Amino acid sequence: MNVYADNAATTKMSRRAIEAMLPYLDEVYGNPSSLYSAGQRAAEALAEARSRIAARLGCQPAEITFTSGGSEADNQAIRSAAKLGERKGRKHIISTNFEHHAVLHTLDALKLEGFEVTLLEVSDKGLVTPEQVEAAIRPDTCLVTIMYANNEIGTIQPIAEIGAVCRKAGVPFHTDAVQAAGHLPINVAEEQIDLLSLSAHKFHGPKGVGVLYARKGIPLVNLVYGGAQERGRRAGTENVAGIMAMAEALDDACEHMEQNRTHLLALRDRLIAGLEQIPHCQLNGDREHRLPGNVSFCFEGIEGESLLLMLDDRGISASSGSACTSGSLDPSHVLLAIGRPHEVAHGSLRLSLSEETTAQEVDYLIASVAQVVDELRAMSPVYRDLEAGKRNYIL
Amino acid sequence: MALYSETVMDHFRNPRNVGVLEDANGVGEVGNAKCGDIMRIYLNIEDDIIKDVKFETFGCGSAIASSSMATELIKGKPLSEALTLTNKAVAEALEGLPAHKLHCSVLAEEAIKAAIKDYYDRSGIAYDHSQFPDCEHCDHGCGI
Repeated sequence: MNVYADNAATTKMSRRAIEAMLPYLDEVYGNPSSLYSAGQRAAEALAEARSRIAARLGCQPAEITFTSGGSEADNQAIRSAAKLGERKGRKHIISTNFEHHAVLHTLDALKLEGFEVTLLEVSDKGLVTPEQVEAAIRPDTCLVTIMYANNEIGTIQPIAEIGAVCRKAGVPFHTDAVQAAGHLPINVAEEQIDLLSLSAHKFHGPKGVGVLYARKGIPLVNLVYGGAQERGRRAGTENVAGIMAMAEALDDACEHMEQNRTHLLALRDRLIAGLEQIPHCQLNGDREHRLPGNVSFCFEGIEGESLLLMLDDRGISASSGSACTSGSLDPSHVLLAIGRPHEVAHGSLRLSLSEETTAQEVDYLIASVAQVVDELRAMSPVYRDLEAGKRNYIL
Repeated sequence: MALYSETVMDHFRNPRNVGVLEDANGVGEVGNAKCGDIMRIYLNIEDDIIKDVKFETFGCGSAIASSSMATELIKGKPLSEALTLTNKAVAEALEGLPAHKLHCSVLAEEAIKAAIKDYYDRSGIAYDHSQFPDCEHCDHGCGI
């Protein structure tokens, strides 16, 4: 059996999204910046996509900028708020210690430019509170950037409450909603979000296309200079076909959100319950406030990369936050942020489900993971010592 | 291109000499759980010959494959020959390892040396200490 359980990494494009893309690859291939009718047809399509996406987010079409994806949107959002703050002499940014690297590394770059960054520590459940944000805001704070939902452990942050705190303090609020868009109801007006990033390929759209929403009145700085596309905020001929597919994928996801959620919650909780039967393991992240498709566990006494390789041999695609899978020396900063010790964080596994996942697949996942964990523990000197009482169990 | 060579995957999927030797007269362990890899080598040495060898490894695919290959390379060999095993020989026998995984082959070499040293210590056999680097100071790049 083949089971794709890495939908947080990327998703399969939906048939609807592919169909929406096709006409813009052959029939309507004009450049939207050209004035002849073939170009204008593409420009009209772009305008339509912009309106549809804006409607889904609860904002105005003019507040939507198309980007190459989530990372670019995060970079541009943060750089823009930083620039705006700098002009007013405000150079303090608040974020959390478990953001995506697109956010954390942009903040690192800004630190070199004299910005001060406060990284709020998330709880052991992987949540940050509005009170933490409120307490960290200073007169010179120019941006709060907190992810909507975490990419590794799936925890959903209290975005509307944080939005309210920021609005009250007059501080722009950015959220990286890459894992949330299309999966959770988002309304930037109601949640008082000033800047938001999303990426099409996380909700069955194509790779290489995303959105930056910026509330009217928040000027964007360019990362890419050139032509006047995107009202001068991002140069380069628009990825028309990709954008059309993104609009379609977002519509599709939002139209079926409740139905998908019900389906996924049942599968997710079945998977969690099944994996919890394995001794000495623990769910990562809060049980309630988590994405409907996210399951993340740490298994004691084994290492994540060998776990993934063995699962791959059984036809299962999954991911891990172990150091070996990232090519870095440390395990995932997210798992360390929720207080998992290094030795346990190396043995992590993320399974992220989609609307297409079936109960049979979930049962296969449970059986396969249990089998592989057993096999790896049987050859692990760490697990032998744990069982012999020479080492104390952490989980 | 796959992450690992066919040989690495073969040794990962079908590790040779995995397990424990209850009657081992030399046991060596290197690595650190915090760094994500630990190798333990069990040796049964008779008349300066490695009669049997087993390993246990906590680590990634290349760590498991490196231990498996290293045990194959020293099984049945005289200690003098086992002591000359280098990490390079292990990596070559595996048809190469990705650059950031070479430390796995280093661990395998060190684990074998540590097990031989343990055998010498237990049996009261005099040896040249310079053959065995002081692993208290080894840096595998993990930094913990």
